[in-house]
Amino acid sequence: MSEQIQKFTITIDGKSIQVDPGTTILNAARMIGGEVVPPAMCYYSSLKGSGGKCRTCLVEVSKGSEKDPRPMPKLVASCSTSVMDGMEVKNKSSEKVIDARKGVVEFLLINHPLDCPVCDQAGECHLQDLAFEHGVGQSRYEFERRTFDKVDLGEYIKLHMTRCILCYRCVYTANQLTDNREHGILKRGDAAEISTFIEKNLSNDFIGNVIDVCPVGALTDKTFRFRSRVWYTKPMDASCSCDKCNGNAVLWMIGDEIARVTARKDQYGEVKEFICNDCRFNKKEKSQWNIEGPRKISRHSVISANHYEREIPKHTVLLNKA
Amino acid sequence: MARKLLLNNVHIEGIHNYDVYRKNGGYAAVEKALKTMSPEDVVEEVKKSGLRGRGGAGFPTGMKWSFLAKPEGVPRHLLCNADESEPGTFKDRYLMEKIPHLLIEGMILSSFALGANQSYIYIRGEYMFVLRIVEKAIAEAYANGWLGKNILGTGYDLDLSIMPGAGAYICGEETALIESLEGKRGNPRMKPPFPAIQGLWQRPTVVNNVETITAVVPIVNEGGDEYAKIGIGRSTGTKLISASGNVNKPGVYEIELGLSVEEFIYSDQYLGGMKNGKRLKACVPGGSSVPILPHYLVCKTANGEDRLMSYESLADGGFQTGSMLGSGGFIVFDEDQCIVRNTWNFARFYHHESCGQCSPCREGTGWMEKVLHRLEEGHGTIADIDLLWDIQRKIEGNTICPLGDAAAWPVAAAIRHFREEFEWHVNQPKESQIRNYGLVADKSFQTENA
Ligand SMILES: Cc1cc2nc3c(=O)[nH]c(=O)nc-3n(C[C@H](O)[C@H](O)[C@H](O)COP(=O)(O)O)c2cc1C
Ligand code: SF4
Ligand code: SF4
Ligand code: FES
Repeated sequence: MSEQIQKFTITIDGKSIQVDPGTTILNAARMIGGEVVPPAMCYYSSLKGSGGKCRTCLVEVSKGSEKDPRPMPKLVASCSTSVMDGMEVKNKSSEKVIDARKGVVEFLLINHPLDCPVCDQAGECHLQDLAFEHGVGQSRYEFERRTFDKVDLGEYIKLHMTRCILCYRCVYTANQLTDNREHGILKRGDAAEISTFIEKNLSNDFIGNVIDVCPVGALTDKTFRFRSRVWYTKPMDASCSCDKCNGNAVLWMIGDEIARVTARKDQYGEVKEFICNDCRFNKKEKSQWNIEGPRKISRHSVISANHYEREIPKHTVLLNKA
Repeated sequence: MARKLLLNNVHIEGIHNYDVYRKNGGYAAVEKALKTMSPEDVVEEVKKSGLRGRGGAGFPTGMKWSFLAKPEGVPRHLLCNADESEPGTFKDRYLMEKIPHLLIEGMILSSFALGANQSYIYIRGEYMFVLRIVEKAIAEAYANGWLGKNILGTGYDLDLSIMPGAGAYICGEETALIESLEGKRGNPRMKPPFPAIQGLWQRPTVVNNVETITAVVPIVNEGGDEYAKIGIGRSTGTKLISASGNVNKPGVYEIELGLSVEEFIYSDQYLGGMKNGKRLKACVPGGSSVPILPHYLVCKTANGEDRLMSYESLADGGFQTGSMLGSGGFIVFDEDQCIVRNTWNFARFYHHESCGQCSPCREGTGWMEKVLHRLEEGHGTIADIDLLWDIQRKIEGNTICPLGDAAAWPVAAAIRHFREEFEWHVNQPKESQIRNYGLVADKSFQTENA
């Protein structure tokens, strides 16, 4: 037998790629990139156990594998289903997927306040993007929506459960990045809510990361809340020397002022290097940072749309570079 | 005369006590298995018996047992699912309350077969009084050497613990049960990995229903082949049915699989017919999760054959004209019952019991409940009926665990068979608040209906 690790071939919407065994369909799709990538609202690569919950990433497996070509009977969550060799998957090319995804988007929105104009997350909200790309224009829900009071989770973080989609990302973040298990979910069904242990303040050094992982405006930064719409700020890559974290961050500037500090997110909105509370909440002076330059936001969202640093469409020929 | 294998001794005074149980042949199967059989022999007998899971899904038990991973040096566990919370189902409670040692005997046999040395009974929290009965029986079994170290001097050790749930239907789903047993929030796990590979504390685990485990006792006593002679086709042995609703004699019955539904409802040996001479309107044959059948599909299948109490016959016609044996919660409705109200009631239950992990079930169950309530109160529209259909369709098959399906199926079946009654609620809102619709038209002679 050859020493080389065997690779698995997977085809998604007609595009093929070879991946290591154990790769999920979603991650294989991300390696291919573009239109074949299913939306993901709960999966988060760096959080163990995340995924499987929101069901936005459902895809159709039209061929199980080379060995067992039978299609899978149900749509599967691409974030938590492993690739098999010879597997064929349909994302946008499947009507079943499009239909189910519309359903999921509608489900996620029925209890959502839909008051984006007054929400702090507007412009960098994954639910907004999801609804725009995959939803239907009109909701058929005519009942009262679930609401909660806003709660302070300690000095820096505001929880507005009304906006939460129960993706569990913050729960995994709190469990995996901090020492004590003090942040979790109470109650069940659509009455479930994020809470801290007996309304305890969250004070751990890394707890601020729950803000970054939250796909919606349920967890926000109290030092920034409502200071500015995000698209009026300029994101700058910056670093500092920090003994708690690696100090790689993004500064969101208004003029010369640092309005907010976040960790760096990739094109899927995921943070790969978490930052500490000190860097996030307490370093708001430019002198505390080494500014590297404008941050490129590759997610197509209003943050980049209305922005000086814009991704250049691939088909554009850059004359001066040619 | 129909044979009884589980409830044959239930009438004996004091059978819940160890001495009485032992005098009446109790624990003979344990003696037989531990002294004369290997664990593989026991598995083989269970395979031969054709026993299928009595918790709802009807998966062949012998096959489930043979899937159990057996890595060297890793303990394995058997968990008894006594969470029984499916509306209309109350047979496990009856077994544990009346003849608790039968379950303990079954647990010893099954644990021995699987090579488990620590087994658990996870019991529904509302069954606290039953827990006390089983607890006492476990203590008696320890005192008499049937549990603990070196049972019957054979070198086999088994500890048996009982643990109550805290009032959540979802903890009856096997992976939620495992989470709960581990002391966590009872959220179902993503599968794979299946419990047979990574279950309780990541160890290989089998989860079986109370009735499934007790059935192992007669299988060991009489042999798998003998057991398989009872029943019909792939539905072997006897089944406990929890019968409720508008019948003369509701209660728990042990039937031989293959009994005709008509005989079950109308004969004096079983339910004794409809109460007050009313007409049969509908029947949910296997617990609240399975599709409801309209009167003309209860005793006959769509092909006009006799409907039998078996996995296959109850499912005959698929979801178009059939249902499922499920957990055996047999609910009978007479002509005075309102299907819209009943469907709303079921939907309310699933809404209340959803764990809330995945969006279609968390949001969809509540939505269905609200729309059904509106229809029931006479404020609905025809579009509401189509909306309901669309919501259930978007939940079904798209969730983490089968609770989503269980919430969708009853709604789908009610609309499929009783659409005219839903429409009547819309068109006659006042009348629908003071009287019931009665029977729906017999569609069995029409071709193709939605
Ligand atoms: C929401 C839900 C609730 C369930 N509740 C029960 C229950 O109360 N008792 C039970 O035996 N099985 C229940 N089940 C089925 C179990 O997951 C599992 O299939 C069963 O315990 C396996 O045992 P068996 O093979 O002996 O039937 C439930 C399943 C679901 C999805
Ligand atoms: S608060 Fe945000 S991160 Fe936490 S579960 Fe809700 S939506 Fe997800
Ligand atoms: S289907 Fe319902 S009960 Fe099952 S995991 Fe999803 S939300 Fe929880
Ligand atoms: S991202 Fe896969 S289910 Fe949420």
